[in-house]
Amino acid sequence: MKTAALEGRLKQIHVKGERPLDIECNRDSLAGAVSQRACTFCGSRVVLYPIADALHLVHGPIGCAVYTWDIRGALSSGPELHRLSFSTDLQERDVIFGGEEKLYRALSELIDRHAPRAAFVYSTCIVGIIGDDIDAVCKKVEAEKAIPVIPVKSEGFKGNKRAGYRAACNAMSRLIGTGDVTGFSPFSVNIMGDFNIAGEIWLIRDYYQRMGIEVVANITGDGRVDNIRKAHGAALNVVQCSGSTMQLAQMMEEEYGIPWIRVSYFGIEDMSEALYDIARFFGEKKLMEKTQRVVREEVSWLMPRLEEYRKALSGRRAAIYVGGSFKAFSLVKAFRLIDMKVVLVGSQTGTREDYQELEAITDPGTIIVDDSNPLELTAFLKEKGVDVFVGGVKERPIAYKLGIGFCDHNHERKKPLAGFEGMLNFAREIYSTVMSPVWRFVPEKPCCPERLHDDDIASGMAARRNAV
Amino acid sequence: MNSKGPDYISTTNACKLCRPLGACLAFRGMEGTVAFLHGSQGCATYMRRYIISHYNEPMDIASSSLSEKHAVYGGGPNLKLGLSNVQKKYAPKMIGIATTCLTETIGDDVNMYLREYEREYDGKDDLPCFVNVSSPSYSGTHMQGFHGAVRAVVEQMTEGGPVTGCVNLLPGFVSCADYRYLSEVMADFGLDHTTLPDLSLTMDRPALLEYEKVPGGGTPLHRIRAMGRSCATIEFGRTLGEDESAGRLLLSRFGVKRFRTGMPLGIRESDDFFNILSEISGREMPEKHRLERGRLVDAYVDGHKYLFGKRAVVYGEEDLVTGMVSFLSEIGIQTVLCASGETSGRLVQAIRAVTDGILADQPEVHEGMDFHEISNRAEALAPDIIVGHSKGYPLARKLGVPLIRVGFPIHDRIGGQRILHLGYRGAQMLFDTIVNTVIAHTQELSDIGYSYM
Repeated sequence: MKTAALEGRLKQIHVKGERPLDIECNRDSLAGAVSQRACTFCGSRVVLYPIADALHLVHGPIGCAVYTWDIRGALSSGPELHRLSFSTDLQERDVIFGGEEKLYRALSELIDRHAPRAAFVYSTCIVGIIGDDIDAVCKKVEAEKAIPVIPVKSEGFKGNKRAGYRAACNAMSRLIGTGDVTGFSPFSVNIMGDFNIAGEIWLIRDYYQRMGIEVVANITGDGRVDNIRKAHGAALNVVQCSGSTMQLAQMMEEEYGIPWIRVSYFGIEDMSEALYDIARFFGEKKLMEKTQRVVREEVSWLMPRLEEYRKALSGRRAAIYVGGSFKAFSLVKAFRLIDMKVVLVGSQTGTREDYQELEAITDPGTIIVDDSNPLELTAFLKEKGVDVFVGGVKERPIAYKLGIGFCDHNHERKKPLAGFEGMLNFAREIYSTVMSPVWRFVPEKPCCPERLHDDDIASGMAARRNAV
Repeated sequence: MNSKGPDYISTTNACKLCRPLGACLAFRGMEGTVAFLHGSQGCATYMRRYIISHYNEPMDIASSSLSEKHAVYGGGPNLKLGLSNVQKKYAPKMIGIATTCLTETIGDDVNMYLREYEREYDGKDDLPCFVNVSSPSYSGTHMQGFHGAVRAVVEQMTEGGPVTGCVNLLPGFVSCADYRYLSEVMADFGLDHTTLPDLSLTMDRPALLEYEKVPGGGTPLHRIRAMGRSCATIEFGRTLGEDESAGRLLLSRFGVKRFRTGMPLGIRESDDFFNILSEISGREMPEKHRLERGRLVDAYVDGHKYLFGKRAVVYGEEDLVTGMVSFLSEIGIQTVLCASGETSGRLVQAIRAVTDGILADQPEVHEGMDFHEISNRAEALAPDIIVGHSKGYPLARKLGVPLIRVGFPIHDRIGGQRILHLGYRGAQMLFDTIVNTVIAHTQELSDIGYSYM
């Protein structure tokens, strides 16, 4: 298996049970390894992107803006300014003479046109090199336009997505603490680290509402500037996605004394646990009773529906490669719920703690990998005889070319995979890809004897002929 | 009336992509080639994602993954490490290296690094071929990247010698189906040909139960070397600049006779292409294509009343827009707005050349447009259809008119790589699609629900 990996990558691959976990992570990607990772800018862009009434201006050449145009299916219940792609489209002369003037004029023009509640200005690689003073430009425009104009220090080369998350959290911290916080319920939370892909945050908010919990700010799915400004008024920060908003939660704890808990909304187990953890935090009897009712109601309609998928999928093998590893924890458990076995799990930007947790919840023999690439993933998938691979756009062709089913667990998904309802969608998607008849037409796969053979196709055709 | 509107400083929803992306796509159409971006990791990943979403095929782009310290001290060591790692894992025949805004601005000398790398590795391994192209994202668009990579390959690899009967074909950036079709046509004229690049197989692969490190297909490298000995070059593109033309280079360096023509979209531009083929091969148009042309004319007649006077907005790469407008004007559609994010300075002239004498009114033509401006003009011009890649969908949706998807990218439909645009056959496909789209739109809006067209 390891022959697929470059020598410089071996320490980022672990097989559970072979030896104690000592995986390296959070390193710069190895040159020439074709990492699946993006850059610092990407990290900032994805976290701030769903704030729907803010202007998001990318200061740089056109690529950075155009590749992130409407890239995330982060839905908004109101304004949709976030779905537009704004750029200063720096040209050669700007690179030579500096881009500050162009930034100033572009920013002023766009604020006049769209009247946003705030503006985020993203630095890209080139801006870091030519040394534009973005802070000064933002300050000037902020004073002139009387809205927060916030620089995001997201020069691509500064690191991977995690560095971008930090830059995004720094940017948001400038908003928090500037709004009026009177009148919030003692049972109030901020939802952090959910991006409302396919409307997922609306499902979560519905559970909270039924529990009697008030949501102060969505950070950032279906996010609004004014709500984020009031976020310090919440009693608790509920943080999903280990990397993206954790730093913000920590900052808010230091500055405003707001405690935080970490949750995941994927899978029945983690979803229920998230609601119970919140109820336990507030320690109020009625709230706990309501929470139990919500979970009972949801689970009771869901479980019977899941059963048919579980029966069909039982014993199949799954592989997971995702951006942040929090999702991987829940996916491991979600697969277990439908009787499937996870044999490979990895992430672009997991931390040592993340991988320790993965090692703890997976079965012996499971491959755990950090910052992998197409050739390694190919080798792992083949070795493990995987039936379904969960990942994003760049992982999809790897699965399909190998004749393996695929589940899009990325920003482009159109059906919610979070929440109780999401678990059913997830099972249905796994079922649709694994059970599709198309696989019988791809060349036979030697390591999967249970797969349908040509004989089956022949007998199927014979049966159809007889039926006619 | 022919004003593009206010001259905005900001860009909203660009109608162009960045230069290195075009270079990577061109390199993907060459045999055994891995594209390599000298820059930060994100560029490669973003472009891979963007390209995969169109082709639904693997697209591995290596990166020198520069970090902050490399940005300060130079990216040479990481470039070399990256090349060596790609060599080890992908064993490519060629590595096509494109720069990015980062490495252009810090002033990395890729040529020098490559020479050093070759010296350091001398004799140790079979080195792949290296081709490098300068592609700063702050200058030009993906089309400069594409043409630049093609020209760089010719400049750095092609050799002269005794003239052969081979014909070079430089089609520019077209779909996999288009590249396939062009090869078929050339073969039907009995012409030995080298198409550069050729994405027909590399980005539209059969299911093989294997993730190929480097996909099969692409222009064979030995054929690229021999292009200087070909007897002729056919190069598409009415707006292509002479300084970025590989055909021009083959002419000036090796004396290969060059035929320039527009992208063969519709009957007249295709006729031009087929005439060139007849001239070079000394053969009449083969029966198969004569029949396809005949059927196309027959279809034009059958469907003409559904299209006459319809108003179209066309956007995208300049050469594609030019060809498309030429085609639309043949079938009675009045293009009211031609827009591109490119800025060749030649679009107006090209549009005039293909519409003169057939289009009643000259359309508005604008270079350097983004979708904010296109949208503003389109609203005023009230088109019946929008023609272009899938990024015009928000505009079509806003105006409540159908979008005819052509070109790249097609991110909201399957099979973008299989859309055939070129030649009589491509025109036939486009014609049927446009007529049926117009009929379907009318049918959907009708209270009656007519069951005959």
